[in-house]
Amino acid sequence: MTRVRVRFSKLGKIRFTSHRDVARIWERTLRKAKIEVAYSEGFSPRPKLSFGLALSNGHESFAEYLEIELAADDELTPEGAEKIKDQLNAALPVGLEVQAIAAASRKDESLQQAVRSCTWRFDIDDLDISGAQDWVDSVLGAEEIVVERERKGKVVVEDLRQQILFIQVVEATDHGVRLLAELGTQPRALRPTEFLAVSDPPLKARYVCRINQWMLQGDERVEPLSVNAGPAPFATLADVTRRELTNVRTNGRACSNGPHQPGVS
Amino acid sequence: MTSLWPQLEVLLDQVQKPARYIGCEDGAVTPKHRPDKAAWLLIYPDTYEVGLPNQGLQILYEILNERPDAVAERSYAPWTDMAGVLRNNRLPLFSVDTHRPAADFDVLAFNLSAELVYTNLLECLDLAGVPIRSADRRPEDPLVIVGGHCTYNPEPIADFIDAAVLGDGEEVVSEITEVVTGWKASGRTSREGVLRALAGIEGVYVPEAYTVSYDGQTISGVESRWPEAPEVVEKRTVADLADWPYPKNQLVPLTEVVHDRLNVEVFRGCTRGCRFCQAGMITRPVRERPADQVRTMITNGLQRTGYDEVALTSLSTADFSGIEEVVAATVNDADCGQVSVSLPSLRVDAFTVGIAAELQRARRTGLTFAPEAGSWRMRQVINKLISEDDLYSAVESAYSQGWRRMKLYFLTGLPTETDEDTLAIMEMARKCVEMGKTHQRSPSVTVSIGGFVPKPFTPFQWFGQNTEEELRRKIYLLRDDAKKSHNVQMKWHDSRATVVEGLMSRGDRRLGPVIEDVWRAGGVFQEWSEHFDISLWTEALERHGLSFEGYVYRHRTEDEIMPWDHLSAGLHKDFLWQEWRDALNEVGLEDCRWTPCYDCGACTGYGIEHVVASAVPPAGGSQGTGQPSNGGAVPVQLAGLKS
Repeated sequence: MTRVRVRFSKLGKIRFTSHRDVARIWERTLRKAKIEVAYSEGFSPRPKLSFGLALSNGHESFAEYLEIELAADDELTPEGAEKIKDQLNAALPVGLEVQAIAAASRKDESLQQAVRSCTWRFDIDDLDISGAQDWVDSVLGAEEIVVERERKGKVVVEDLRQQILFIQVVEATDHGVRLLAELGTQPRALRPTEFLAVSDPPLKARYVCRINQWMLQGDERVEPLSVNAGPAPFATLADVTRRELTNVRTNGRACSNGPHQPGVS
Repeated sequence: MTSLWPQLEVLLDQVQKPARYIGCEDGAVTPKHRPDKAAWLLIYPDTYEVGLPNQGLQILYEILNERPDAVAERSYAPWTDMAGVLRNNRLPLFSVDTHRPAADFDVLAFNLSAELVYTNLLECLDLAGVPIRSADRRPEDPLVIVGGHCTYNPEPIADFIDAAVLGDGEEVVSEITEVVTGWKASGRTSREGVLRALAGIEGVYVPEAYTVSYDGQTISGVESRWPEAPEVVEKRTVADLADWPYPKNQLVPLTEVVHDRLNVEVFRGCTRGCRFCQAGMITRPVRERPADQVRTMITNGLQRTGYDEVALTSLSTADFSGIEEVVAATVNDADCGQVSVSLPSLRVDAFTVGIAAELQRARRTGLTFAPEAGSWRMRQVINKLISEDDLYSAVESAYSQGWRRMKLYFLTGLPTETDEDTLAIMEMARKCVEMGKTHQRSPSVTVSIGGFVPKPFTPFQWFGQNTEEELRRKIYLLRDDAKKSHNVQMKWHDSRATVVEGLMSRGDRRLGPVIEDVWRAGGVFQEWSEHFDISLWTEALERHGLSFEGYVYRHRTEDEIMPWDHLSAGLHKDFLWQEWRDALNEVGLEDCRWTPCYDCGACTGYGIEHVVASAVPPAGGSQGTGQPSNGGAVPVQLAGLKS
C-alpha cells in the first residue's frame, strides 16, 4: 500500500462545513474520482484516511492536510501524483482544492504530533492600524498571559503567551485591519478564537484563514508539504502574501461561486 | 436584487450548523433570473437536514430549471437560532442557491409532507416579509402555493395559501409557470385575476374560490364562487414514470442529512389497500419505472455522486417486478464499487431469502418491517393481510442471512382494537427474538409504536381517533410489557403530538386562527419534541371555541360533508365507505394489481391504469391474501437454509 500526503485549501462558503463533513466529502470524492483506497478490516470497512489538525467551523485555510492509503503498492511517481491531483480536483466540491500531493512514509510521525505551530491570518473588524499595533505590542511585551479554563471539570491555569510565537500587523482593510500570527500547537493547539479573546473585549474577526502549518526538521521549520514542490519554507511575510495571491488567482475555481475571496479585493 | 450572502456570512458564527445555510450542493444550480421568467422558491418548511433529501422538491427543482421560462431555487426553515439572528438583523428568509431574498420570487412553493409543519409555513412567510394571510397580500407579493400529501385536506391552512396542488407535480408546475409568466407580462395587476387563472388549471385548488358554510360542528355546504373553479378539484397523476427519470442530478449536500444516500424511485402508488394508509390511497394506480431505467439511474447516480449506498424507494419496494434482479445487478456491478442497497418500507410477505441474500452481499444495513398490527384479527381490519407465517419467514430469512437486529413498526389506536390486539405486538416481537436465537447469539428487536391518525381519502376517515389518554394508556401498556424482555426495545411517538396531527389531518377552515395563535405564541418546529407544546394548541382551541372532541375524537357519519369533499383523489366515496364497513366486519380485500378491478375510481376516473411489468405477484409469502401463495414464481423454500 502506498501512502500519500495531500495538501488542500478550504475557501469560501464551504468553510462553514465541519471537520466531520469534510471527511465525508473526501470519502465520496475518492469514490467519484475512482481512486482505489485501502479499506479497514471488519464489519463495516472504512477507507483508510487520516486527517491532520482540525480546522474550526467557519475558518478558511490554505494548508489542510490529509493522508490516504492507496490500495495499489506502486511507488508514486511525480506524474502519478499529478494525475491523482487532477482527478481529485475534478471531483472535489467548489471551495476545496488539492494544492500538492506527494508520497509519505508510514514511519512518519502523525501530522497531529509533528506539527508544532500554524500561521493564521485574521481580518479584524473595527480596529485601525495604530490600535492594532498597540495591542500587538502589549501582547508581545507581556511576560505571561494567564487564563483559567475548565477542563474535565477542573480549573486549569494556562499561560498563553508562550503559544503566541509572533504577531504582525499587515495592512488596513475595508472593515479594519489584517494581522498575521503564528500560534503554537503543542502540547495543545491554541485556537484562533482563544487568541482573539486575549483582547478584552475579544477582537471580532470577519475572516480567519490558516496560511501554513509548520513542523521541525532538525532545527529547521518546514511545512509538511510545500506548494510548488519547492523545498524551502516561506521565509518572510512578503513571501506569504505573494504566494497566496498567486494561489487564489490560479485557483480561481475555488471561488467561482461568489464566496469570499481571501487575498483578493 | 443582490445576494444577501455578504450580510449573512458574518452572522453564521452565531448559529448552530451553519452549513445548513450555504447551499453549494453537488447538483445545485445558479439560475439566471429574468423578468420574463417565473421565479419559484421551493421551500421545505423543516430543517435543511430533513428537507434537502426530499425527492419531490428535487424533481420540481430540475424540471423548472430545465424550462426556458422558469427558474427555481430552494429554501428550508431556518432553525430557531437562525430565525432570531435574521430578525435581529432585519434580514429576510433567503434561497440557499444564490442567497436571494424570498420575497423577490414570484412563487413561494411549499412542500407539505406532515401536518405538524403548518406553523413553520407561517414562520417562513413571516420571515420572508410576506403577509401570512392570503387576503392581505398585494399584487407585488409572491403567490403562495403548497403541494405534497397534506394538500388533500388543505382546509386548516386555507387562510394562508393562495393555491394548493393535488397529486403529482411533474406536469402541473409547467402549467402554473405559464400562468405566472402571463401574469408578470401583464404587469402583475390583479391578484384575483391570477388566482382565477390558477383555479382553472386541473389539479389546482384555490381556497378563496370556495365558500364554506357550517351547521354547528359540521359543514353544511361548499360552493364555488368563480366560474373558473370546478365544483370538485381532481388530483393530477402522471401516467408513466418512464417519462420522468428525475432527479437526474440528485443533490449531494456538503453536510450530513437524513437519508444521506442515492435515492431512486422504483414505482409510485400502491394497491395493497391498507386501510389506514393515506399514501396508498391517494397515489394510485401503481406506476413502475422500467427496470432498465432503474438500473441506469442507479449506475449513473452512484458514479456522479460518490455515494456508496442506494435506496430503492416506493411505498412497498419488495413488490417491484424483478426486484431481486435489480438488487443483484447493483451489488454485482463493478462500476458501482462496494455498494449497499437499502429497501425502505419492506412488506414482510414479499421479503424472501433471495432478497435477503442479495442485500447482505454488500454492507448490511438495518432491516425494518412494518406488520402494523400484532394480531391477525387486527390486520384483517386494516387490510394488511400478512400472516404470522409471512412475518416469521421474513424474520427467519433475515436472521439466517446474518442480520442480528431488526425494527418492527406498529400502529396503536386502530379501529376496534382491544388490549389483546395491542399486547399481541409484544408477543410478536418476543417470538422474533426467539427465532433469532437459533441463528444469532444476541438478536434484538426494536418495536416502534405510532399512534393511529385517521386520514382523509382513506376508509378510516370516518373513525373517531383514540383520545390522547387512551393512546397513552395503550403505549404504557406496551412499554410495561416490553420491560419484561431485555432483547426487545420500544420507541414510541408522543401521543399529544398524535392528537394535534389528527386535528390538522381532518380539520376545516376554522382551524386557521388556531394555527396562527400557536405560531404567534412561538410554536414552531412542532414535529420536534423539544419544541412541541400541547398547551399552545389546547389554549388556542379553547380561545376559538373549538375542541379536539369536535375534530378528532368523534365518529363521523356517512352523510356528513367532509371538509375535503370538494377535492378528489379519484377514489369513489362509496368505495371508501364499503371498505370502512368491511373493515369493521374484518373482511379483507386483495391487491387489485393481480386481481380484477374493484373500481375504486383512481384508474377509471382518469382513464389511466397500472403500469406493472409482472402479471403475477412476486414470489413468496401470502401476498396480501393471508393464504399461502400459489401465484407468481416458485415460492422460496426455506427448508435447509438453517445454518
